[in-house]
Amino acid sequence: MNMMSYDVVVIGGGPAGMAAALKSKEYGCTVALLERDADLGGILNQCIHPGFGVEYFKEELAGPEYAGRFTDLVNSAGIDVYIQTMVTAVNPERSVMAINQNGVMQISAGAVVLAMGCRERTRGAIMIPGYRPAGVMTAGIAQRYINIENLKPGSKAVIVGSGDIGLIMARRMYLEGIQVLGVYEIMPYVNGLIRNVKQCLEDFAIPLYLSETVIDIQGKGRLSGVVTARVDENFRPVSGTEKHIECDLLLLSVGLIPENDLSVRVGVELNTATQGPLVNNGLETNVPGIFACGNVLHVHDVVDNVTREALKAGEQAARYAKKTGVKPKEPRKILAGENIRYTVPNYYHPGAGEKVDICFRVSRPISDGYLVVSSPERVILEGKPRGFRPGEMEKFSLSPKLQGKDCSDVILSVRRRSNGN
Amino acid sequence: METNLICISCPKGCHLKVSLAGENIQEVKGNRCPRGKEYAESEIKDPRRVLTTTVLVKGGRLPVIPVKSQTGLPKGLIIAAMKILRETAVSSPVRRGDIVVENILGTGINIIAARDVASAGTQSKY
Repeated sequence: MNMMSYDVVVIGGGPAGMAAALKSKEYGCTVALLERDADLGGILNQCIHPGFGVEYFKEELAGPEYAGRFTDLVNSAGIDVYIQTMVTAVNPERSVMAINQNGVMQISAGAVVLAMGCRERTRGAIMIPGYRPAGVMTAGIAQRYINIENLKPGSKAVIVGSGDIGLIMARRMYLEGIQVLGVYEIMPYVNGLIRNVKQCLEDFAIPLYLSETVIDIQGKGRLSGVVTARVDENFRPVSGTEKHIECDLLLLSVGLIPENDLSVRVGVELNTATQGPLVNNGLETNVPGIFACGNVLHVHDVVDNVTREALKAGEQAARYAKKTGVKPKEPRKILAGENIRYTVPNYYHPGAGEKVDICFRVSRPISDGYLVVSSPERVILEGKPRGFRPGEMEKFSLSPKLQGKDCSDVILSVRRRSNGN
Repeated sequence: METNLICISCPKGCHLKVSLAGENIQEVKGNRCPRGKEYAESEIKDPRRVLTTTVLVKGGRLPVIPVKSQTGLPKGLIIAAMKILRETAVSSPVRRGDIVVENILGTGINIIAARDVASAGTQSKY
């Protein structure tokens, strides 16, 4: 067994892992970056569509370009990159077990950054009844087939769920000559970004059906068709609204789940709303010296936000490894109140004199709402009225001034201004 | 006349309200940044989209390489550009930024490679 030692070990070589590794390196740490695939870049390598980097690089890049820029930086930074390397375990004393073609490695780490990303929910997660023929797959699998492996997954497609990958794949398949019959979303609103509805569906006249879903999958061997139906307010199919659609490909774009198998086994506590670790404002989990960032922490809609978050995790991991962090005081809670699905972080350490950047998502669309930040005793701040959508991650900075002298727990809510929507 | 657009410049997806006098924009409302106004101008007069797809790589470590138009192509030319790119192949190795098709359809816009693809059998550099 190879025994090694690094200040910081980063698990996962996607955008989060690369940014975290670079930042730790910048702080003078020895850094190992472990990636199970043959290339760095993670899911960006199959996200060939444009729209990445608008905030971070001030340029509109394709996914592989965004990944490539970071890969070049990683390669020239003096970071030890281990590709085709699978991490099998992390223990609470921060020793990381991994395996690759050279055998088993045990790496002792000053700090560990979890950056394993997320995976797609599958048919099992939404329990569509029917047969189990070939031709039913997640949108991300179809994306990999088309964009990396040069395989055509079908010729007549139906998409269930309106997540961003599904919308992006609707356009991609259309351009490759695959007929896209429609996107069926069980909710009364779109899950993905509104700009993707415009540029991926409307531009190509691909129909979008809200409050409709797939209720049956047909075909033995190969998919031959699906049955769709409208749903009522309890998401139950409305009898008499069934439509039979002939197709040979059904893509599922029904959400992503952070991939935390490793984290859970080392004792990291998860947020039930995100399935990502509970973290403080230094992105540290409940296990000291283990940090998390990117889609393993919570699912992001924009990679630029992943990068920003990961730079912070890399900095905090470096400080921990070098023992230059300030000894924190007892943490205060950041709580999700009315109409808030979740916040990241879940705790902050008062008295550090730093602003606390908080990300949050609303639990349903609110067209005329305003953000309310409060402590158990009083309202700290009320935001300007505006619209909120669950598909869009929101950001809020809790300044030292707003934290106040007492630094109490903080509750975020979005209230509706009128009784309407 | 007033028309509604959704700005696609960034993930915020601002709802734009554009007041028009004929083809001329008089006012854009609802944008949260200057890109919204630029988008409205372009979308009304000359709508464009960045095209991304893949082309074949001969002798590459991967069968295809992602490519993109360096800037937005006129929307009406997207399908014609796809037709050309479907019949295009490049030889490995390819470096990110290499020109794959110069001046596609006489637009003055190049199609460039969006990643590196090494030749088959070569180790990646780690």
